[in-house]
Amino acid sequence: MALTIKPPSTAPVRATGSPLRRRLASSPWLDFAMRRTGGLLLSLFVLVVLTFMVVPLIPGDPALAIAGPDASAATIERLRQELGLNDPLLVRFADYAGGLLQLDFGNSFRFGDPVSGIILSKLPYTAQLAVSAIVIVLLVAVPVGMTVGVLTRGGRRRWLDLGFSNVAGFLASLPPYVTATLLIILFAIVWRVLPAGGANSMEALILPIAALAVGPTCAVARVVRQETAVVLEQDFMRTARGRRLPALRLYLVHALPNLLTSTLTLTGLILASLLGGAIIIETVFNYPGLGNEIIQAIIYRDYPLVQGIIIVVGIIATLLNLLVDIILGIIDPRTLGAKTHG
Amino acid sequence: MAKTLNTSNRRRSRFNPALVAGLALMGSMVLVAVLAPLFLTPAAESLTADSRLGPSTAHWFGTDEFGRDILARSLVATRLTLLMSLGATVISVVGGIVIGSSVWLAPRWIREPALRLIEAAVAYPSLIFALLVAAIMSPGSTTAVIAIGIAGIPSFARITANLAASIAHRNYIATARLLGVPGYRIVTRHLLPNMSEPLFVMSASAFALSLLEISSLSFVGLGVQSPQYDFGRLLNEGLIAIFVQPLQVVAPSIMLVITGLAAVLIGDGMASAANPRRAARRLLPTRRNMSTPESVAPASQALLEVDNLKVLGPTGEEIVKGVSFNMKPGEVLGLVGESGSGKSLTAMSIAGLLAEGLTATAHTLRLGDLDLLTTRDSRAMALNIGLVYQDPGSTFNPALRMGPQLTEVSRVHLNQSRQEANATMIAALDEISIQRPELRMTQHPHELSGGMLQRSMIAASTVTEPRLIIADEPTTALDVTVQADVLRKFRRYNQEHGTAILFISHDIGVVQELCDTVLVMHRGRILERLTGAELKDGRAEHPYTRALLSASPSMTGEKGRLRAAQWKPDEELEVTP
Repeated sequence: MALTIKPPSTAPVRATGSPLRRRLASSPWLDFAMRRTGGLLLSLFVLVVLTFMVVPLIPGDPALAIAGPDASAATIERLRQELGLNDPLLVRFADYAGGLLQLDFGNSFRFGDPVSGIILSKLPYTAQLAVSAIVIVLLVAVPVGMTVGVLTRGGRRRWLDLGFSNVAGFLASLPPYVTATLLIILFAIVWRVLPAGGANSMEALILPIAALAVGPTCAVARVVRQETAVVLEQDFMRTARGRRLPALRLYLVHALPNLLTSTLTLTGLILASLLGGAIIIETVFNYPGLGNEIIQAIIYRDYPLVQGIIIVVGIIATLLNLLVDIILGIIDPRTLGAKTHG
Repeated sequence: MAKTLNTSNRRRSRFNPALVAGLALMGSMVLVAVLAPLFLTPAAESLTADSRLGPSTAHWFGTDEFGRDILARSLVATRLTLLMSLGATVISVVGGIVIGSSVWLAPRWIREPALRLIEAAVAYPSLIFALLVAAIMSPGSTTAVIAIGIAGIPSFARITANLAASIAHRNYIATARLLGVPGYRIVTRHLLPNMSEPLFVMSASAFALSLLEISSLSFVGLGVQSPQYDFGRLLNEGLIAIFVQPLQVVAPSIMLVITGLAAVLIGDGMASAANPRRAARRLLPTRRNMSTPESVAPASQALLEVDNLKVLGPTGEEIVKGVSFNMKPGEVLGLVGESGSGKSLTAMSIAGLLAEGLTATAHTLRLGDLDLLTTRDSRAMALNIGLVYQDPGSTFNPALRMGPQLTEVSRVHLNQSRQEANATMIAALDEISIQRPELRMTQHPHELSGGMLQRSMIAASTVTEPRLIIADEPTTALDVTVQADVLRKFRRYNQEHGTAILFISHDIGVVQELCDTVLVMHRGRILERLTGAELKDGRAEHPYTRALLSASPSMTGEKGRLRAAQWKPDEELEVTP
């Protein structure tokens, strides 16, 4: 038959141009990088505008509000000068954004020190908390959710299904600060095995991390369970079963990557809320991180510090999002093209 | 086929347990919010000398430092907490809908950047917005409501814009626009009513979120200020005394958890009532897929022996009702019938790949000396049976590259090294006329066409030189020219290697070209057994086969009416599902 005409099999057909250039041009990564850089810049711009608007939006005279009702007229006027309140709004914005570009967040009203220094000294504490919590969430939630998903596939073990979804659902709906107070009562007051606050020892980190991780772990585990059930029904899983693979290989090599796409998409969202949770939870444990700092700063109307911390937290959130999308792209290149349509 | 089995009565229930429980819990919370301030305000607010009492019958959770009853305070705080959460939710929902639909109404040059801005805002933790507002205004209950309300706006605006975009291209909107209906009226009359359900569901979840976030603001001291109190404020006051009076944080915690749980349950319940896929999780009884009635010792020369194979559904009904046939080595056997005739189930029973809840029984089911009913020898199963499935678009794992998938059997069951398996596979791909096989091996399935995928699947199923290839409608999902090519590949492989092929199809034309023997199946039974030549010459005896034949249009045959639907087997005239 005419169909058996074959091209010379060993030599791949070469297009013009170097292989590297062809590869780059056709790479979805280049497109992804360009698009995301644009998105990143836009997000940063939004963040800068939002934080800038804090001072102009203060009802009444910002200088009066900052200095307090008992301040003398001279103090208020000095503050007006210092804040540039007498300049037009656009000039002030240009100053503000220009300063940010040089990583100059201004000086703290309360301490007189540069805001950047304060943030740098507090950031490691918060990062330590948030990163450990994220790692724990993923390390626990994915195996647990998958195991439950596999054990309850096709309606097996209804008791496990019911028990898991109810318990996990309940724990997922607990706000981290409530979890935190309950953990303190149990571990620091009733059993006296762990310290209730501070950041002086490894033990002091256990409760804050646990309080941060419990809710998101349960939320992610529920999603993983759900997705496992969906993935196990797919045709390609039957193909894999048809190859009679060992169970571990079946679930880890074939099911897991397909679970991760949807899990990670959701994880990105959960991470943002986890960051918010970290800010609140530091108050509970009197933990010397950015969260405690920003709440004090808001109470003492230390605006440069508030602005600086919000910008830093915002940038971290944006970068985490990007990181999740990059990991997604590595696992499943099809996701690189998506996510642009609003 | 398996997929037709699960479609039975999926009822859509408006009320599910989560929703009922959530509504009941929230109902009692509302009752507390209404009644508690009327009766308990004195106990909750008047200062007494009974400072820091422990739990007693008079004060179940004890008293705080000013001698006020802790339980009473927690109950009275319900009203303020619920009202504040409601206020914030209203701000988020109304603000989000207004912004979302204005964006949709705006001209294109505004819409695109505005959508981007909303996207960018959603990526930030909503707490950031709340803290910004809290920084602008002085701490207090109004601040907390506005802060959390504004923080929730971006996600609502995005959902509204997305929903609007999905509804906007429907006919009635286009008609309204053509008729010159002004934009705001399109939104109020056409758009909003059509997205009310998802927005309503989202509002319930937004309420749950507002509740927890407002409480968190009060908790860190940026929300409700003394002498007012909500759950968060009570937690804040309790935390200071946590070592002295742990119960003081427990009472508001419990109230907060119950209220939050009620809101979450309502949100989840409404979501699953609106989305039947999550609600209708049907449970099937579990059984081992294979059971053995008396097996007869292998006697004949047949390669595959199927004797009285039955497939039982989840409730024990027979879907395949006793099928018997043999296959000789090198034979190409076609199994034809319409959808639901049991041909795929027969094939999947042989392969041991029945779907959940289905059970196969047989007097004999063997391939060579391998008893397919009882074997646990996964290596023998994987190496002796090659499988080609219906839809190449879904039978490959989308997350893995082609190479590892195609060579998996060789690597796992023949212990071949990656290089060795790859080399064999590339040769096989080349043999089945796939161009640039080395490149294909490194690509993901979505980068290949359907025909290429199916040919790769055939190559993979043959590379371990199985004794039997089961092809379950391998050409159905392909277009006609590719179909012909794939069929030729099967034929050629059979002639060159002498491998038996069990070929399942609903297309009698395809089967008569390819197969030595054809079995016609209908409603779980074999109606007729023919040779391919007999079928080609139109020598079918059974009226159903004749009906099938006349239903497949031929370029040369005479014109006539389609008759497939007119034949009914006598014993099954009663209505079947």
